[in-house]
Amino acid sequence: MDFGQFILMRHELLLILAAVIVLIAELAVSESSKARIIPFALGLFALVTIAGFIPGETGTLFGGSYQSNELTTMMKNVLNMGVLIIFLQSESWLKKPENVDKASEYFVLTLATLVGMNYMISAGDFLIFYVGLETATIPIAGLAAFDKLKSRSAEAGIKLILSSALSSGILLFGLSMIYGATGSIYFADVLKNVSATPLIIMGFIFFVAGMGFKISLVPFHFWTADVYEGAPIGVTSYLSVVSKGAAVFIFTIVLFTVFRPIMEQWQHLIYTLAVMTMTLANLFALRQDNLKRFLAFSSIAQAGFILLGILGANGMGMASVVYFVLVYVFTNLGAFGVVAAVSAASGVETISGYNGLYKTNPKLSLLMTLSLFSLAGIPPVAGFFGKFFLFTSAAGSGYFILVLIAVLNATISLYYYLRVVKAMFIDANEDPAPTFRSSNAMRLGLIMCLAGMFIIGFASTIFDYLRNISDVLFN
Amino acid sequence: MTGFEYTILIPLIPLAIFLITGLLGMKWKPAVSGILGTAGMGTSFLLSVITAISYFFGGHGEAGFSPIIPANITWLKLTETLHIKMGVLLDPISVMMLVVITTVSFMVHIYSLGYMKGEKGFARFYAFLSLFSFSMLGLVLATNIFQMYIFWELVGVSSFLLIGFYYEKPSAVAASKKAFIVTRFADLGFLIGILILSFITGTFDFDQLTNPQASVFGGAASLGFMGISAMTWAMVLIFIGGAGKSAMFPLHIWLPDAMEGPTPVSALIHAATMVVAGVFLVARMFPVFHFQAPDALEVVAWVGGFTSLFAAVIAITQFDIKRVLAFSTLSQLGYMMLALGVSGYGGEEGLGYMASMFHLFTHAMFKALLFLGAGSIIHAVHSNYMYDMGGLRKYMPITHITFLIACLTIAGVPPLSGFFSKDEILVAAFNHNKILFGIEYLVAGLTAFYMFRLYFNVFWGKDRHYHHTPHESPLTMSIPLMFLAVASVFAGFLPFSELVTSDAKPFETEMHLMIAVPSVLIGLVGIFFAWLLYKKESRVPDAIAAKFGILYKATYNKFYFDEIYLFVTKKIIFNYISRPVAWFDRHIIDGFMVGIGLVTEKTSYLIKGMQSGQLQHYAFAFVAGTLALVLSILYFL
Repeated sequence: MDFGQFILMRHELLLILAAVIVLIAELAVSESSKARIIPFALGLFALVTIAGFIPGETGTLFGGSYQSNELTTMMKNVLNMGVLIIFLQSESWLKKPENVDKASEYFVLTLATLVGMNYMISAGDFLIFYVGLETATIPIAGLAAFDKLKSRSAEAGIKLILSSALSSGILLFGLSMIYGATGSIYFADVLKNVSATPLIIMGFIFFVAGMGFKISLVPFHFWTADVYEGAPIGVTSYLSVVSKGAAVFIFTIVLFTVFRPIMEQWQHLIYTLAVMTMTLANLFALRQDNLKRFLAFSSIAQAGFILLGILGANGMGMASVVYFVLVYVFTNLGAFGVVAAVSAASGVETISGYNGLYKTNPKLSLLMTLSLFSLAGIPPVAGFFGKFFLFTSAAGSGYFILVLIAVLNATISLYYYLRVVKAMFIDANEDPAPTFRSSNAMRLGLIMCLAGMFIIGFASTIFDYLRNISDVLFN
Repeated sequence: MTGFEYTILIPLIPLAIFLITGLLGMKWKPAVSGILGTAGMGTSFLLSVITAISYFFGGHGEAGFSPIIPANITWLKLTETLHIKMGVLLDPISVMMLVVITTVSFMVHIYSLGYMKGEKGFARFYAFLSLFSFSMLGLVLATNIFQMYIFWELVGVSSFLLIGFYYEKPSAVAASKKAFIVTRFADLGFLIGILILSFITGTFDFDQLTNPQASVFGGAASLGFMGISAMTWAMVLIFIGGAGKSAMFPLHIWLPDAMEGPTPVSALIHAATMVVAGVFLVARMFPVFHFQAPDALEVVAWVGGFTSLFAAVIAITQFDIKRVLAFSTLSQLGYMMLALGVSGYGGEEGLGYMASMFHLFTHAMFKALLFLGAGSIIHAVHSNYMYDMGGLRKYMPITHITFLIACLTIAGVPPLSGFFSKDEILVAAFNHNKILFGIEYLVAGLTAFYMFRLYFNVFWGKDRHYHHTPHESPLTMSIPLMFLAVASVFAGFLPFSELVTSDAKPFETEMHLMIAVPSVLIGLVGIFFAWLLYKKESRVPDAIAAKFGILYKATYNKFYFDEIYLFVTKKIIFNYISRPVAWFDRHIIDGFMVGIGLVTEKTSYLIKGMQSGQLQHYAFAFVAGTLALVLSILYFL
């Protein structure tokens, strides 16, 4: 075997290497200087992220079980960037005395899930896909229970692991039906033998249910709010951005390639899921006061919007999905970053607690406003272009009514996003959160989000590039 | 590679300066912002001059000057063919406009160092100036009509900010709102015009639209509305946009009020750049007007001709020197529009087009000079009104001489630049339409008269009771005056007919003595009357004014156009259209929306129980949901 081929797996191997190095470094530093592991791990991961952008070979490994192309490489880089920002934003939280001993665990667990996601994205058969899925899921339960002494965090961990066990079971059940019907687990073979028989449809819907759990589509979303609220913010933002983004990527790839022959059926399914997800999540988001719960429902609603791009079922649809996730990474992390910063400095995590924040922390309030505008899809921030392309993709395939429903939902979402803005700028508060200065890592993380929100929106070359590499799925 | 890649910097430098000054300006000493802005604009100015020299004197092919596109980025793809791009287009008119804008803007930047010294918001002023310059440069460099529209609106916004610079003064706030609303209203026409045009042609790009051999108008002839072809509609609507920015009758009402802005702003925006955007737009789209919508071009000619006469008459009666200049600008813009309207395409036929661009160029120089001179006077006597001025020639020699040069130039006295450009316009009008030609002759005389009325009132006559002795302005203000005076004198010798023509091919022009001599004479007559009436203080002007009675009063009040607009909007539109619409909006639309909101709110309350926190319920919903989906897809499909 030619070990040179392993260069195709450079993203995964680098992540594993980084995780191992952090583990060894953890052993090397003394008890009293555990905090030094944090900047070390940050720097190491920054290098990994940058290395991911070095152009390299693409191709397949292990007889088609593993595949990499420009699109998967791009997806992995998007995830890496998200994780880097999350690490930067978690730095001050990790430095707290109660967390500093466990800091290396946070990095290792996160890197482990990221490896799983990367394998999922590059999977060429359902076995690698499933192994990647579980590698990505199980460590997250550990992360959700990171503040294990707090009952909320422990509850989040147990809820996540039980729900995901259920969803994995159903997904695996579905995959076994598909295997039974087509006689293969390889994507390429399944594609040839898939047809709209009841067994395959049922197996396929079970598969969708399992993925719907990861993406948190209604009605597979119930765990989301509780887990998002209970888990530490660094983990919540990871769940809502990176974990969800990876699941969206792989879901889109599998739908577009493996299940192409039953496109008519899955378009109906996705249509239904999109309407339910957008509407229900918006209705729930209206009433939230806890910001983490609020952002949980907002992120469910955003997942509903992403489904519009998937419905396009062509290169434009793929590009619009990847582009939206890219925008969403920077946008949602901007919002979560502000929540994390305020929470770290003052412990406030409710919308009413944000009353008058503009008076004391104008820069954070502005960033929060821009992020929320971007989530709501208001120009000129990138979120507008993200939604624009998703809607274009759906409208291009003739789903005008669905686009109308999506626009109505976007209007409702504007209401609750503006509630937060109103709290920060208009509502008076005698005792607003105090003025504070975030750590440098946090500031860097926030600035990256801010820059991303503008650059991705205005640099049209990014979308053109995604549009070009997306066609790789369709030849 | 075209060798012109650096032109992208010309608009980007002011943008960068705007961002830097806007973000950091508060933290610096004001002077830093001023010097930074001036240095940036100076760089853009140098680059523009280099561009012009290498473009115009780098030689050209048989087909004349060909357009060059050094940069063009696709920004949004609306359909497979209809893209929104952002780029730089160099052709004779855009290169000429680069020079005009950066020259005047640079002079205004220098001038403002002295004029605005010590003002509150000095850094803000320079930030806005840079933003405006950026917008205007982006507008003229646009490669497609959509980019032009985007920058067009940016120009509108930045001029709104500049006119309302003294935002503590209610009249300035009102003026800025008026300017914005009137031009925005006109822009609506522009936008609809763009939509029709792009619907017909499937493109925004100028290189396809303005190509005389263009095939994009294939299906245009069959389309129409109310007996007028779709292309005529589109071009008239686009012209309405241009008329708004160029303050053509009847959308002229915002320009005189816009004089509330600082005087350097008036020189930049309301003399040389923003107000010629409309003329530039018509020139940019000229082949489309000429080949596809000649009727629309006729509209352009008449609107231009009427505006030039109308504004010149009003200018005679105004006492605020900036308002005189504002109406004079209207009148001269009318000249330019008229010249475009009467022009043909190609060679000698395109004389009007060339003349219009020529006059745009010379007018930018001498009108900026007039405004900056007026600023210098106002700076000295702290008043805008002629009756507070007199005998200033003794105190302000530089201002006096440069102002006199500008007055002679606008009056069309040879061999100053205004003579040449105005002569070409008159020839073009003569060849096309004798009535318009007659109007323009009359306007030439009126122009000379009202300019010299202003001149004699301000610089001659008796001294007034000044608070302190008027003094010459500082060097930062007088150097731009001198520079622009030199430009006004010599700009006429530029061989425009070999550089900026309708089809980009050079042609020969000659003096038409039959037209030039009478036009000079009528100008001299105007000056003579002004001398007679205003050189010495006398009662004759008042007596004449009294004799004309109502007519004079109507003219002094600008023919009551503001009042008419106010009447129409406040009494008719507000009462009979807005009120019912508002009622409908408040009770029916809002009621409906509030209803939806209530339903949403109630539903969200009702379903709250679904999120119970119980894991068993979640698992049940998960499995039940999956099975329901399976059943629905299997049985309903």
